[in-house]
Amino acid sequence: MKTIYLLIVLFPLVGALIAGLLGSRIGREGAHWVTSLSVGISFALSLLVLIGLMAGWVQPFNGTVYTWMVSEGIRFEVGFLVDNLSAMMMTVVTFVSLMVHVYTIGYMSHDEENWPAGSLAGVNAYQRFFSYIALFTFAMLMLVMSNNFLQLFFAWEAVGLVSYLLIGFWFNRPTAVFANLKAFLVNRAGDFGLLLGIGAVLFYFGSLDYVEVFAAAEADPDRTMSIFGGAEWKVVTVAGILLFIGAMGKSAQAPLHVWLPDSMEGPTPISALIHAATMVTAGIFLVARMSPLYELSEVALSFILVIGAFTAFFMGLIGLVQNDIKRVVAYSTLSQLGYMVVALGVSAYAAGVFHLMTHAFFKALLFLGAGSVIIAMHHKQDMREMGGLKQYMPVTYWTMLLGTLALIGFPGFSGFFSKDAIIEAVHASDRAGAGFAYLMVLLGVFVTALYSFRLFFMVFHGEGRMDHHTREHLQESPRVVTVPLILLAVPSVLIGLFTIGPMVFGGFFDGAIFVHRANDVLAYLGQDYTGPFGFIAHGFVTPPLYLAAAGVATAWFLYIKRPDLPPVIQSRLRPLHAVLENKYGFDDLYIKGVAGGSRALGGFFSRVTDARLIDGLLVNGTARSIGWAAGVMRRLQTGYLYHYAFVMIIGLVVMLTWFVFGAR
Amino acid sequence: MIGLSHYLVLGALLFALGMAGIFLNRKNAIVLLMSIELILLAVNFNFIGFSTFMGDLAGQVFVFFILTVAAAESAIGLAIMVALFRNRNSIDVADLDTMKG
Amino acid sequence: MTTADAFETPDLMLALPEIWLLAMACLVLVVDLFSKDRDHTPAFWLTQFALVSTAVITINLQWGVDATTFSGTYVADDFGTILKVAALGLGFLGFAYSRDYMRDRGLLTGEFYMLSLFAMLGMLVTISAHNLLTLYLGVELMSLCFYALVAMDRDSPRASEAAMKYFVLGALASGMLLYGMSMLYGTTGSLDLATIREAAATLEDNRILFLFGLVFMVVGVAFKFGAVPFHMWVPDVYHGAPTPVTLMIATASKVAAVGLFLRLIGEGLEPLIADWQQMIVILAVLSLLVGNTVALVQTNIKRMLAYSTFNHMGFILMGLLAGAPGGYGAAVFYAVTYAMTVAAAFGVVLLLSQKNFEADQLTDFKGLNERSPLYAFIMLLLMISLTGIPGTVGFYAKWLVLKATVEAGFVWLAVLAVAGAVVGAFYYLRIVRLMYFDKPEGAGPQPSGSGGFRAVLTLNGLAVLALGIFPGALVAICMAAFAP
Repeated sequence: MKTIYLLIVLFPLVGALIAGLLGSRIGREGAHWVTSLSVGISFALSLLVLIGLMAGWVQPFNGTVYTWMVSEGIRFEVGFLVDNLSAMMMTVVTFVSLMVHVYTIGYMSHDEENWPAGSLAGVNAYQRFFSYIALFTFAMLMLVMSNNFLQLFFAWEAVGLVSYLLIGFWFNRPTAVFANLKAFLVNRAGDFGLLLGIGAVLFYFGSLDYVEVFAAAEADPDRTMSIFGGAEWKVVTVAGILLFIGAMGKSAQAPLHVWLPDSMEGPTPISALIHAATMVTAGIFLVARMSPLYELSEVALSFILVIGAFTAFFMGLIGLVQNDIKRVVAYSTLSQLGYMVVALGVSAYAAGVFHLMTHAFFKALLFLGAGSVIIAMHHKQDMREMGGLKQYMPVTYWTMLLGTLALIGFPGFSGFFSKDAIIEAVHASDRAGAGFAYLMVLLGVFVTALYSFRLFFMVFHGEGRMDHHTREHLQESPRVVTVPLILLAVPSVLIGLFTIGPMVFGGFFDGAIFVHRANDVLAYLGQDYTGPFGFIAHGFVTPPLYLAAAGVATAWFLYIKRPDLPPVIQSRLRPLHAVLENKYGFDDLYIKGVAGGSRALGGFFSRVTDARLIDGLLVNGTARSIGWAAGVMRRLQTGYLYHYAFVMIIGLVVMLTWFVFGAR
Repeated sequence: MIGLSHYLVLGALLFALGMAGIFLNRKNAIVLLMSIELILLAVNFNFIGFSTFMGDLAGQVFVFFILTVAAAESAIGLAIMVALFRNRNSIDVADLDTMKG
Repeated sequence: MTTADAFETPDLMLALPEIWLLAMACLVLVVDLFSKDRDHTPAFWLTQFALVSTAVITINLQWGVDATTFSGTYVADDFGTILKVAALGLGFLGFAYSRDYMRDRGLLTGEFYMLSLFAMLGMLVTISAHNLLTLYLGVELMSLCFYALVAMDRDSPRASEAAMKYFVLGALASGMLLYGMSMLYGTTGSLDLATIREAAATLEDNRILFLFGLVFMVVGVAFKFGAVPFHMWVPDVYHGAPTPVTLMIATASKVAAVGLFLRLIGEGLEPLIADWQQMIVILAVLSLLVGNTVALVQTNIKRMLAYSTFNHMGFILMGLLAGAPGGYGAAVFYAVTYAMTVAAAFGVVLLLSQKNFEADQLTDFKGLNERSPLYAFIMLLLMISLTGIPGTVGFYAKWLVLKATVEAGFVWLAVLAVAGAVVGAFYYLRIVRLMYFDKPEGAGPQPSGSGGFRAVLTLNGLAVLALGIFPGALVAICMAAFAP
């Protein structure tokens, strides 16, 4: 089996290398074939492994593939941990990735128009793009399959790197460069936490291997450490919060969320693959994977819960005032990630991962659908210039509708199961902060329905607001674009119905996710669980369904029935609107406060400390004195044989005197 | 009665003489070869002295090897000197300073 | 030596590598005498075959063995095997790189192969010696061959000057080594290293005499390393000798020097570690200081590499003074990988050399990237490995040594060494700057050389990278050789 796991990881890497290094030789066709095929094989093998694990003819695997080095008894190695959790992630990642590969063939087919005429930067950009997404698949697989923190960190940085490269794919656009720099810097802030967390784990538990760390933590859960002198903290709490700060960076949780909306500067397939379906869920996966650690610390889980709840509601609100179609979906992603984090915070890891999976499908669908619209609109993204697209793009319309229904939690659709499971879990939990979180996620349902259908109505219904030229060319996207949409729509609708039983209430994650008996809200809910249809029936007596319906109705009223109303509301609620427009001021705080302040401080250090003190006195001073010493010592090498012999003899005599006669 | 220490002192004197010859001589490189022979001679004295006073033959065997190696060494030294003379028409040690620094 | 009351036939099989290499050297001599080939092709291939086959024999017969033969004057063990195979491999690289260069200068004669093979034999004997006599013979065989090899280019005033300096100083150093040996013999009554070790552990009245001899021997060994202040010969010999000979002296002979140290001082005088450790500390400190400093102002790459050698010898000595097992293992790893890296660096110099043109000035490397991106990249790898930047094998070598040094309690020495490495970065990375950012003066030398040469050089360069990423196996082998 080790070979198969290796192959799953290595196929995308090889594909990426071929497309990247030999891109100019194999041409565009060759590049998309080789990467799509390699990812396709990975998907097939991952699916095989998942089925095997579920059917029982594959055993969970935890082993080392290569030992890089051993130092002081700490092993640095490459290893795989493949159980139901990682197998499920592998399948989702490779499936979405495969869909995105196929879709990209259509989306990027006229990419040369996006580069300035005759610029060298656009040469082989198509092949480069495929190389990047295959490389991303490799890195993401390494991340989910890792069995140790070192490899986790490597893969974590690798997905970050590819994300950086892809956000700035059109690097001739200043906005793209700004966005990828922003993503990079904000992620650095999170990665710093992750690295500190790994350091704390290594220092206190003496290992980098997951299983060994969990065992060590379990053996001594109440170990404490002191930070800043006086306060004593539990080690698991500190390590857990630090690791979660890393997760906040990748999974875009407030206040480290600011990079995700800007990342929409990248090509749309990337938004679907990396910034909706897979990479941003790395943080969720991390916490789920670390569940044995987090279960030992109520404080860390409460922290997670509050952060997630805040993100789930407040980021959704911003989505209401956005006009760029991709940004609306991006804020919806932030909000949905908040839901997943909330689930983790109440120890309902399985529900969080379940929502991760369903969300991957329908959010990828929504992004690709948005991309399809963007193709039709000649790469215009402003919803105020759209409208009435239903008649031109039936496939996109219907698949988008399914995706949107899944997102708002329409009964029977996959999003309904996952979101309701989370809300019920929060309701059942008695963790500190759970009351606040319950309120947030309930209100979030209304907001989700509102912005989702606002987007839907503005784009597909009402009057067309586009200019004449665009209207003439409106048409359905080519088959490579619509087929992935249809293929993604199927799981978006159905997968929840079939998998909620085993994944949330069954034992699918036994052995992979660990929950303390006292914390196990899902087991508590599971007592009343009778099957997916019972779950749907239960949905009709809980508030979320009616909140969602109210959201849809409001959207219909405002954007179809009385489209004149929104501007009026906007002017009445100007202060609130301004706050939302400014995204609560996070961007200003970071750009003007943190970045500006750092630059001012850096300028001071650069001018005064560095230029005068360090460069002038220390560096150049040292260099000067070494240079002077070199000149002197060089003169000792006179070239004369007898001087050479003399130096040797002096050396001998000095050593004799020192050691023989001085040794008494 | 001549004791071991006499041999050792003689050896040490010869050794010092050889070393002095190497770094005091600025003229003819042949003297360097002679100085090297002196150093090896000093070592031989030591070995033979020790060997005799300990009644162990191994030291004297060692001396035979040193003598042989010294002969080979001189041959190579002289050959290098010939090459040197051909190239520069001089075997003055003080002239050997084209490479330095 | 043991008394000869019962003559035993020595176990010749154990010493087969040396015997085989000797036989092959004689065969090369005879074959070359009768060969009409002007390029001495048969001698070349036979020599390479001799080295490879000897390495194979060594691995098969001596790895995992710990036995002596010839009445205890010859020993076969694990670290000896590593060093021998490394020396033979470095010889292989040297011959592969030097053929075009020597042919262009009319130096490609049978003697070149003969003398080099005998020098290799001397190294093997040194590494396997278990008796002062064998040790001396091995060292002398190696040195005498090198004296002659340096003077090979008989029409070059530089070469004969370098040979003269090397010869006189080398003879002085072996005189000192011998003098130390005679003291050791006098105080312990034996030439056998095992007996000496036992006697050294129970020294009482003649401790002073013993220390007296020890200092002389450390000096003799330090000369072979080129450790400051017994280093004066190194720059001139590196500079004056034909580049292939410099390559051999800079690589294989350093590995043999490590063997000499480990046999004579590390093994034979192990009980006196507290005494010689202090001496080696002084040598290491001086080497680190002088090497890096003077290398900064060199304009000739052979001289620059000579001065930078001191720095690396300082590192190797740091490993050696840290003692067994970690320190010795680190030193052997350092020596082997350093020699491999430097061999490739000299290989690049040889690659750029043309007929009547020595590419040994730093300015010859200007703009190399435009002429040959591949070899510029390889040189880049070599330079960053010598600097000790992670990702290349040089980093691991330095790291292992520093770790051993710190564990042995010499933190200040490790700090000094790291500071030295930072200074070293300046002159190594200067070459990188020349290659990638400067324009050549005039056309600049083009890479020349046969396909085989280029292939071996490329592999050699990439091995530095590969070992930097996957150092585990080699580290494990080096450490296992000294495991108690």
